[in-house]
Amino acid sequence: MTHATTTTKISVQDVRKTFQLKNKEFVALDGVSLDIADNEFVTVVGPSGCGKSTLMNILGGLETVSAGRAMVDGKEVSGPGPDRGVIFQQYALFPWLTVRKNVEFGLKVAGVPKAERAKRAEYFIEMVGLEQFADALPKMLSGGMKQRCAIARAYAVNPSILLMDEPFGALDALTRVKLQEQLLETWNREKRTVMFITHDVDEAVFLANRVVVMAARPGRIHEVIDVDLPYPRTEEVRLSPEFGELRNRVWHAVYHQ
Amino acid sequence: MERVAQMTGPAEGDDVRRQPEAQLATMTMAVPGGEPEKPARAKMTKRTKLLILNAISVVGGIGIWWTLALTGFQFPTPPEVIETGVKLWKSGLLQEDLAASLTRVLIGFLAGSALAIPVGFVMGWYTVARGLFEPWIQFFRTIPPLALLPLVLVLLGIGEVPKVFVIFLAAFLVCVISTYQGVVSVDRTLINAARVLGAKDGTIFVRVVVPASTPFILVGMRTGLGSSWATLVAAELLAAQAGLGYRMQQAQLYYDLATIFVGIVCIGILGLVMDRLLLLAESKLTGWQERI
Repeated sequence: MTHATTTTKISVQDVRKTFQLKNKEFVALDGVSLDIADNEFVTVVGPSGCGKSTLMNILGGLETVSAGRAMVDGKEVSGPGPDRGVIFQQYALFPWLTVRKNVEFGLKVAGVPKAERAKRAEYFIEMVGLEQFADALPKMLSGGMKQRCAIARAYAVNPSILLMDEPFGALDALTRVKLQEQLLETWNREKRTVMFITHDVDEAVFLANRVVVMAARPGRIHEVIDVDLPYPRTEEVRLSPEFGELRNRVWHAVYHQ
Repeated sequence: MERVAQMTGPAEGDDVRRQPEAQLATMTMAVPGGEPEKPARAKMTKRTKLLILNAISVVGGIGIWWTLALTGFQFPTPPEVIETGVKLWKSGLLQEDLAASLTRVLIGFLAGSALAIPVGFVMGWYTVARGLFEPWIQFFRTIPPLALLPLVLVLLGIGEVPKVFVIFLAAFLVCVISTYQGVVSVDRTLINAARVLGAKDGTIFVRVVVPASTPFILVGMRTGLGSSWATLVAAELLAAQAGLGYRMQQAQLYYDLATIFVGIVCIGILGLVMDRLLLLAESKLTGWQERI
């Protein structure tokens, strides 16, 4: 899983995306270029309407570019694929399936044999700490547990990229902090390239190697800020003056564009 | 159930969403003396209270009926109705009528639902199918199926076919609309979630669209069943040689109110039983739904 060299994993080149809105053209993204290295953790922050979700949907293959190129592993993105796991803000668990069956979904689709499926599901359910709820239906889970299940489900198909669209946005502040720490722990154990969208400046700085700040109308990249804080990011890091400084920089970039 | 108990462990403190319904009962069993016990007990007493009130209401209603019959209202008394029912049963007429009515309703209803589900799916999934089917379904939906009976009788004769056909139509029209609604209202995020996990259209249809629209289909079937019953009895009143509706029609000619009452009670009970069966299927098949 680990690669020592830093190769480019995701490459977005001069992407433009427009939507037709009642015979008016709406520019969601304009001239967006961004390279993300292998196993890098990048967070994207910006005001609503800055096109951060659109950018993620393009990389996920759920939307197409109007101009420019979106590349993954040197190949242009054409449709969704199991190499890119997506985690949605609304969890998007299949409510009629148990946690285990949800995690196994992608494996089943890929035709993985039953025994292998069960083994892999077990591993990732344990990784997110849901082993006691493996046979529970989503309706029995809290928001935080649902999102952990969604993370396990995304990991189960072994994607090399995780695209996360405000995954913790609907959770309360305490659960969010806890899940941020768990996510980093997971990422540390199972390195992936992560693009994480958020509107929370603290979250953006705490998680990332790099914070991409976007601006709206038209959606574009405003500033990219490197976060040179050491991993593992503990509470001390979160409360350190260096963290505060970075937080202020990102805050200014987001709110005083 | 042990799992539910473990959920309340301190390590997972933030993680239990307390469910108002069935789970509470299981939680009480699993966590004796725990905090959730109180609401569970309150729920139990509420249910018993409701049952007692139901019983009082039924007994009271029959009492009122009896009183009315005794005070000169032209009703048969409850014992008279039961007596007539027994007499009809012994003569074999009641069984014959029940069989005739049930056969019609079941064939019409099952055939109607069986066709409605695939048509509804196709309409929801393919724009072409929606465009072609929708005007006809919307048009016929506004016509009570019974209003087509004169036409159907002329075209199909006076045998079983026309009656079954109108029942079929009644069930079909209701169920097709709600299946279609179910398909178009499947959460886009779920479809996207399946797509990003590698599922193609066929898999998405079978594994996401079908289960997600099951609640809608079952609601459609329940409404369709009610509509089938209504159509059946009316069709039998108009044109039949056997069946509950026919029996009531005949009784009307002889001013035989007791037999009419037997018919009404039978229709009510059968409808209720069938509805309960569908409700049971619903709770088995769609128990995963979050009900708030």
